[in-house]
Amino acid sequence: MTIPTLDTDDRASDRRADPATEKRRRRAAAFADAASAGWKVWLFKIVALGIVDAMAIYAILVLVVQEQWVIAVAIAVGVVVLNAIYLIPGLLPAKYLAPGLVFLFIFQIFVVLYTVYIAFTNYGSGHNSDKEDAITSLLQQSQTRVADSATYPVQIASRDGEFFLVVEDPETGDLSVGGNELPLESISSPEAAGYDVLDFSQILANQAEIGALAVPLDDDLNDGYLRTTDGSNAYLFQSSLEWDPVADTMTNTETGVVYRDIGTGAFTADDGTEILPGWQVWVGGENFVRAVTEESIRGPFIAVLIWTFVFAFLSVATTFVLGLFLAVVFNDPKMKSRKYYRVILILPYAFPAFLSALIWAGMFNQDFGFINQVLLGGASIPWLLDPILAKVAILIVNLWLGFPYMFLVCTGALQSIPDDIQEAGRVDGAGVWQVFRHIKFPLLLVSVAPLLISSFAFNFNNFNIVYMLTNGGPRFADASINVGATDILISMVYKVAFVGANRDYGLASAFSIIIFILVAVISYVSFRQTKVLEELN
Amino acid sequence: MKVMNKRALGLSAFLVGGAVVLAGCAGGGGGESSGGTDNGGDSGAAENTLTVWVDADRERALQDVATAFEEEKGIAVDLVVKEYEDIQQDFITQVPSGEGPDITIGGHDWTGAFVQDGVVAPVELGDKAAEFEEVAIAAVTYDGNTYGLPYAIENIALVRNADLVPEAPTNFDDMIAKGTAAGTEYPFVVGLNPQNSDPYHLYPFQTSFGNSVFAQNADGSYDAANLTIGDEAGQQFATWLGQQGAAGVFNLNLDGDLAKEAFNAGQAPFFLTGPWNIADAVDAGVNVAVDPIPSAGGDTARPFAGVQTFFLSSQSENALAANEFLVNYIATPEVQTALFEAGGRAPALTESFEAAQTDPIVAGFAAVGAEAVPMPSIPQMGAVWDDWGTTEVAIIQGSDPVSSWTTMAENIQGKIG
Repeated sequence: MTIPTLDTDDRASDRRADPATEKRRRRAAAFADAASAGWKVWLFKIVALGIVDAMAIYAILVLVVQEQWVIAVAIAVGVVVLNAIYLIPGLLPAKYLAPGLVFLFIFQIFVVLYTVYIAFTNYGSGHNSDKEDAITSLLQQSQTRVADSATYPVQIASRDGEFFLVVEDPETGDLSVGGNELPLESISSPEAAGYDVLDFSQILANQAEIGALAVPLDDDLNDGYLRTTDGSNAYLFQSSLEWDPVADTMTNTETGVVYRDIGTGAFTADDGTEILPGWQVWVGGENFVRAVTEESIRGPFIAVLIWTFVFAFLSVATTFVLGLFLAVVFNDPKMKSRKYYRVILILPYAFPAFLSALIWAGMFNQDFGFINQVLLGGASIPWLLDPILAKVAILIVNLWLGFPYMFLVCTGALQSIPDDIQEAGRVDGAGVWQVFRHIKFPLLLVSVAPLLISSFAFNFNNFNIVYMLTNGGPRFADASINVGATDILISMVYKVAFVGANRDYGLASAFSIIIFILVAVISYVSFRQTKVLEELN
Repeated sequence: MKVMNKRALGLSAFLVGGAVVLAGCAGGGGGESSGGTDNGGDSGAAENTLTVWVDADRERALQDVATAFEEEKGIAVDLVVKEYEDIQQDFITQVPSGEGPDITIGGHDWTGAFVQDGVVAPVELGDKAAEFEEVAIAAVTYDGNTYGLPYAIENIALVRNADLVPEAPTNFDDMIAKGTAAGTEYPFVVGLNPQNSDPYHLYPFQTSFGNSVFAQNADGSYDAANLTIGDEAGQQFATWLGQQGAAGVFNLNLDGDLAKEAFNAGQAPFFLTGPWNIADAVDAGVNVAVDPIPSAGGDTARPFAGVQTFFLSSQSENALAANEFLVNYIATPEVQTALFEAGGRAPALTESFEAAQTDPIVAGFAAVGAEAVPMPSIPQMGAVWDDWGTTEVAIIQGSDPVSSWTTMAENIQGKIG
């Protein structure tokens, strides 16, 4: 007798290639070819591929302009492969798989690769963009208005496609004109000297060039230069930094210190002082070394790691026990109006976890919370202020959030166990508990075990509940960073990488890779163990 | 047949979407706009459209301003509403990709981080600088440049229920005595929480002992190299905080919402809070008066002043239009007054600031604001909040004040380096 079971994965699916299926497959291929020979379909195919190709070519052009070679090449290769798949007859599996693979690439592989890439860079506060942007910003920031200098009313004029400032002397009202690196010279009126004065809309159309105009006051640039930021007034500026594009250095004009690019992602003086903003550079394994040697993490690391495992394990265990218990109870045909109870039980699962965690935080309030005030008759239990109780509180909230999921999967698994096995058990004289223990539970585990492992992996990184409910607190008194009794690995990493205004995406990415390896190893070992269960089938 | 078509259609939609996503991810490389190169992922905006990030509160006030500006200057202003909490991070990450706005609103204390990441450009106010309140200009000044245009000043003050206590307290102990005499449930409330207490709200008591987080330079800016929070005065404040914690004056479980509820229900005569809670208190029928913050240590109690600012993106391709909008438009009394009426925070422009003083509540906050110190905008401040808050929690709960406080100062110093 074969037992019909609900296959949750395809590992148990039939892979034998007997002649009958072989014949079916050939016939299907013939059908597909016949169908694709229709001219309408061909026309549609060409139009659709044309649109995709046009989009891809546009994207590639944009990327080439921005010098993003890697992604441009990736899109080019991808689009060529796609065209090949849909234009070459046959290749039927590829035709079906291609859309899914595209999504897999964009939403999974690309994100993972990008995270890995970031882990090897110094991306973070002060290293936020590329070198070009950093130089632009440094030069912008180093321009300061000469103290107590006058405001010069200006007009913008053009001649032969070049732009000039027509400056009115604030004291005498005399006009003079000057351009980029062309010192001011007196004129009677711009029109007489052959200049066209621009109106506001023309100024707006040429903002970049006009904003970049720096007109020296006289032959010596160090006396300052006039710049306009709004097209109607100019001010006298001096720059404290000078950029030498040939030597690739920044020089401080006041102190004479020369800052060089020494490959660390910021201009650095000989004595090691850096000027920020810097830019992103490849730093190799430095972030991983830091992740392991970071002083502020090493101290509380063991305590946090142990709690992370305890938290993830207990979260799965408690939710599974409660979910299974309720599933068994509500699976009994003798229960009246089961449908309504089931709907009510799923409610916690339907609420956003963020919101629930915040509401629970309020309910756990020592003096005003619902739990102390109403349920415990005015007790003053420091739920969120005591290390042990805060851990208990987190587990309670996670139980509330997690049991409906377990209830659902257990209900599904129970309903797929055929009644006749249980009948057979009862006929052989087993009691209710024995039937559950030896028949229902093992069969249920076959389909639920993988879900328990994924639930463990999820809770291992359950950042939201920790962040929302306790924010990791209460704090360890001896730790130098703000790490507390309920912090799990991911929330501790968050505090290290993003404390205050200092964001360190490189370090955070390195940590997330380390955490991924931990979770992957645990999951792999657990999945190997579950193979044992499958022999039951 | 049909099925085939549908599938192909869906497929093409996927692929187009994918290409766009990847193009969007490309980012970076916007670089210096040389002659207005088209910046790839630009959302097809018109040549002269200013993109301004605002939060929902400010959007209402700026709608009319934007319309008027467009009619006058022919520059469209596109207001993008964002969550205030997200603006700082998003601005830092999106400006380098060329997808950021031309202008964003924000708090002046973000300036340091913005400058360090090179995402803001200086705004030259010229002679207009003199028309602003001094604290506003000091707040947006960083390394000798003004980054951004201030439009509102906010600070906390002592809000009193005048029906319960008719006159202002002279110092902290007097306030507690008056509050106790009023016979309400709490003599005094301030919003705290069990994780971080609230260093921002407790700061005026700290300054009343003569302590500050960082030393101030002559021009009012902060010296990141000189962390003063752990000095003698700071330890005195910590000792005082421990005493008040033991006496039960500061209740960590009474968070901002509960404190507000208690005050609005007449359960407390004194509430240390900012202008953002006034409207609800008035609606609840409380007879609101705004007093100076009572001193705990003998010196003047100086709260932090936060200055709301318009920042200019360093990658803006509309820099001239953006400057025109900020310096010659937002910096006008009409606009500053309109923003004040929408947000209830005192305007930063002196003329509008004076005009707003006719309201006794605004005048009350402004009197405290005149003594306020700008919140430090140096990036190092980010490393302070966390330890500061958790240490104050520990002290209120009864750990040894002086040793906790000095340990905190050492930890912060270690982070700043």
